Amino acid sequence: MSDHGHAAPTGFWRKYIFSVDHKVIGIQYLITSFLFLLVGFSMMLLMRYQLAWPQPGADFDPENLGLVRGFIAWLFGETNMPYGYMDPTFYNQLGAMHGTIMIFLGVVPLGVAAFGNFVLPLQIGAEDMAFPRLNMASYWVYFVGSVVMMSSFLAPGGAAQSGWTSYAPLSVVAPPGQTIWLIAMVLIITSSLLGSINFIVTTLNMRAKGMTLGRLPVFCWVQLVTAVLLLLAFPVLEAGAVLQLLDRVAGTSFYIPKDMIYGDSVFPRAGGGSPLLWQHLFWFLAHPEVYVLLLPAMGIVTEIIATNTRKPIFGYKELVGSFVLIGALSFVVWAHHMFVSGMRTSIANLFVTTTMTISVPSVAVLSCLLLSLRGAQIRFNTPMLFALAFLPMFGIGGLTGLPLGYAPTDLYLHDTYYVIGHFHYVVAPGSLVALLGGTYYWFPKMFGRKMNEGLGKLHFTGTLIGMNLVFFPMFFQGMWGMQRRLADPTLQWHNLPVQGWSTVILAGALITAVAQIPFIFNFFWSIWSGEKAGENPWQATTLEWACPSPPPHGNFVTPPVVHRGPYEYSVPGRKADYWPQSDAA
Amino acid sequence: MNEEPGFAMGIPPVAVSYGAQLDSLMTLLHVVMVAIFVIWGVYLAYCLWAYRARPGGRAVYHTAGERASFIPDALVLAFEVWLILAFGIPIWANLKQEVPPVGESLQIRLVAQQFAWNFQYAGPDGTFGRRDVALISASNAIGLDDKDPAAKDDVLSINNLHVPVGKPFTLLMTSKDVIHDFQVTNFRNKQDIVPGMTTTLWFEPNVIGKYEIGCAQLCGLGHTQMVGNVFVEEPADYEAWMKTQLELKLGTADASRVLEDARSQASAPGRAERTES
Amino acid sequence: MSAHAASTNTGLSHAKLGTWAFLASEVMLFGGLISAYVILRSGSGHFFVPPRAMMGVPLATLNTFVLISSSVTMVLAIAAIQAGNVAKLKNYLLCTIGGGAIFLCIKAYEYNHKWHEGITISASLFGSFYYTLTGLHMFHVIGGMGLLGYIYWQASRGHFTAASHDRVECSGLYWHLVDLVWVLLFPILYLL
Ligand code: HEA
Ligand code: HEA
Ligand code: CUA
Ligand SMILES: [Cu+2]
Repeated sequence: MSDHGHAAPTGFWRKYIFSVDHKVIGIQYLITSFLFLLVGFSMMLLMRYQLAWPQPGADFDPENLGLVRGFIAWLFGETNMPYGYMDPTFYNQLGAMHGTIMIFLGVVPLGVAAFGNFVLPLQIGAEDMAFPRLNMASYWVYFVGSVVMMSSFLAPGGAAQSGWTSYAPLSVVAPPGQTIWLIAMVLIITSSLLGSINFIVTTLNMRAKGMTLGRLPVFCWVQLVTAVLLLLAFPVLEAGAVLQLLDRVAGTSFYIPKDMIYGDSVFPRAGGGSPLLWQHLFWFLAHPEVYVLLLPAMGIVTEIIATNTRKPIFGYKELVGSFVLIGALSFVVWAHHMFVSGMRTSIANLFVTTTMTISVPSVAVLSCLLLSLRGAQIRFNTPMLFALAFLPMFGIGGLTGLPLGYAPTDLYLHDTYYVIGHFHYVVAPGSLVALLGGTYYWFPKMFGRKMNEGLGKLHFTGTLIGMNLVFFPMFFQGMWGMQRRLADPTLQWHNLPVQGWSTVILAGALITAVAQIPFIFNFFWSIWSGEKAGENPWQATTLEWACPSPPPHGNFVTPPVVHRGPYEYSVPGRKADYWPQSDAA
Repeated sequence: MNEEPGFAMGIPPVAVSYGAQLDSLMTLLHVVMVAIFVIWGVYLAYCLWAYRARPGGRAVYHTAGERASFIPDALVLAFEVWLILAFGIPIWANLKQEVPPVGESLQIRLVAQQFAWNFQYAGPDGTFGRRDVALISASNAIGLDDKDPAAKDDVLSINNLHVPVGKPFTLLMTSKDVIHDFQVTNFRNKQDIVPGMTTTLWFEPNVIGKYEIGCAQLCGLGHTQMVGNVFVEEPADYEAWMKTQLELKLGTADASRVLEDARSQASAPGRAERTES
Repeated sequence: MSAHAASTNTGLSHAKLGTWAFLASEVMLFGGLISAYVILRSGSGHFFVPPRAMMGVPLATLNTFVLISSSVTMVLAIAAIQAGNVAKLKNYLLCTIGGGAIFLCIKAYEYNHKWHEGITISASLFGSFYYTLTGLHMFHVIGGMGLLGYIYWQASRGHFTAASHDRVECSGLYWHLVDLVWVLLFPILYLL
């Protein structure tokens, strides 16, 4: 299958659309996943607007809704947003789809498929991925899957509305949108599997001469671990999804208990199945999946920090070991999402212990990255700002994972906004911010030009302030006991004392939204008009900086040979403060 | 209990026996978390300032202390192990694994449905009436079998749970349709309610008051509105409420006879406890 | 292909390594389903296993035998091409595909029979699992036959030699996995 020659394809379609070049595929993934992030965020803006003012006030006038509300009411129509107030069913659809889109169509494709595809072959000194055509297939299956996913909004009864977790039996009795969700998930899983096989083979088999595993950049290591997670965890969800699909269309009862009542009469099923079975199959994937969201981000942060501290990363071996350990342990913690699910109570202690254990390698990673700053010469460019912000932001998210992983406190916090706060700190100001940093960092390699620094800093500041205003108040709401997935929390009086925070959150979301405008502008403007970047604009050491920007078809002009580890900065006795891996002397 | 929308912080007042211990664990964890965050945060800020790039400056190549970097890992691990062994396992056993014995705690059945809480009290005879799904209808939400003698004195209450203060009660919970979750913030404990199985939850409320029940598991379009109230009352008030309910169901005469029977039975020795039928 | 293999870091060709990775994910897929089956069968109070007599054990045993034989002919096919004998390779491939076809015919007969005896996909948990597990396995058999057909076609066009026959080996690995899955399904569905 590596009949992949050196002749560059010609013609628009072969070159940009149905390309088998890992760099083009990476950029396709990059742009598609950014679009989905934008879609997922827009949904959430609408939801946050609803949550800020869930109920008509005393001055409500159905004839004159005002500009914003009037527009929203018109845009989404009577059934979804009557008078500009959100119908609970629509809220559930947006919530489920926000989670699904952000995770499966946004952050994972961005972190794994976009950066992995673009950077990994360059960093190991390969001319392409091991299976270029599978690679293209992976993108297009993802694309079709995401179109199918979005089309579910057009289904009768609307899109999936049982949360991104799709707990049975609610999901089994949900309208047809759920069937579409399942089909789309099977496609997305297939795409991921094709990608992960490719990544594993490429990393193991196609390293340049001298690129031993001990000289592999950290980013490649995390991609390898991530690929293994996807490879082994996703099929289990696929199995679960097939069973749910059969429950919905073939009348089976894998997840339907005996004598379930639906709509005032017994649900016509043989029954005997178990709703908890779905949860086990789902979380067996979904916990490794959250580390799939995280690991690429951590890899990117490591690369950026090494480059911009101008010194070797602290504890390379400890870092790599921790990543491998996180990957391995992530398979045995899944039931910490199920402490109160009704599973056998005696196994909870086991999962408390594994969960607490997995936090140790995470602490180790953070310690290494923080200690890397000591004795450095820190350059505060835009990618570095994002990478540095990742550390405390992930810190908040990770630390708040502890009371959730500890069963006695999770009894109170489970399914409250505290959980929402916890995981958004790890995925949004955490992973997403790191991925934005990665965009600024590798943009010159992708397009041969740098992004504008001033606009970048504007983007950084706005995003960081906005996101913290969004997610920090969620801890107050959650600590007060406000449940998640409520279309209108004010219908429950115990939530009222924390309702005020929802206006703060809306303000934060708007700031975050506005802060993306300079980014989007910067991105497209810089492709054509940014400052020209040479081969190695950041004076970095890893191999991707040893080929032209953008790299030609086949990547390296001459096959690179690796002479040393990935982060040889400020080596004593050398004039330059960096020593690229491929420099002979 | 009319609250104003506001900016509260902290945790709502506790009203359950084990709440104080859980709250102090919550506090302990957060103090440690804040401490870790502040220590690293200060270190981070210091590094950013002290090691900013200077013209002509050069970073240090060799980094000492690779061993020392394991210290934070070890500290965190030790803290967590201590937390699990000293508190986690015993508390978990107490809250989730060992339900208080039937004689000492009031047993109440909860049948959750989209979108309501149906509470069934066993009544003076201490025995729940039989349920049968075939009997479920608009007027008989939980499918109680009226022909079962034990069902005669059962008291049903929708969305309102009345319990005496200072006495443990145990909820025997099941769901008719999809998964729900019983949450009362002041009680600090919650539990999913799953169709096809019975889960339990026990509390010993220790502060009189009215608390809100919320559903904490997405269960469909009415999830937000699936609310109820717990009334924690003086035992006498609770008895009075129970009596009123019986009277509403059976008429005054029958109600007092049933209560009388139960009282004389309870004083008779060797009475067998029967709860689930 | 094999020329490439020498130049990879692991010494395994891309195709071989990729096949192993793919098989690992297949193991997790069937592993997930089989654990679901084990969990419900041992945990649900409403899991009724049909009497052994209804299951048609002799026929299933025959099917197991057929599939194992087809694995053997697959091994022989690979041995043939390793010796550079394309004609023999093609013959053994045909035998293997034939084995798959016999398996499918027997399966079709069995499905029909069971369905009429009341073991349908929705009538009971056992039926649901039976059709899901064997059905998914059947799709794998069909896919494998397609793959081997393609290999046969390539063999006819002289693609394989004693030195270069990676694809034959990879298809063989896949076929063995399909076989292995059946060897697991057979006892847990029919005998236990
Ligand atoms: C990227 C994603 C990600 C990551 C990395 C994590 C990391 C962790 N998560 Fe999280 N989690 C999610 C995503 C993630 N989680 C999601 C999406 C959900 C909800 C799903 C849903 O229900 O919809 C969830 C839910 C969730 C639950 C279930 C809660 C509930 O529903 O009741 C639990 C419980 O154990 C948990 C625990 C943990 C733990 C212990 C970690 C640990 O790995 C964290 C370890 C990290 C640390 C301990 C931090 C170390 C910090 C420092 C050293 C300080 C640094 C300080 C400075 C730099 C200043 N998570
Ligand atoms: C990776 C995962 C991810 C990410 C990044 C986010 C990001 C955000 N999430 Fe999300 N969220 C989830 C995963 C994620 N979420 C999940 C799994 C759930 C649970 C769903 C469920 O209950 O089932 C959830 C639920 C959830 C809720 C709870 C709803 C409820 O329970 O009722 C809320 C509420 O505020 C929320 C808000 C936000 C906000 C404001 C952001 C913001 O941070 C968004 C920021 C986004 C951006 C800044 C966009 C960046 C885009 C660009 C920069 C585009 C550039 C374009 C080009 C260059 C072309 N989310
Ligand atoms: Cu019931 Cu949510
Ligand atoms: Cu988890």
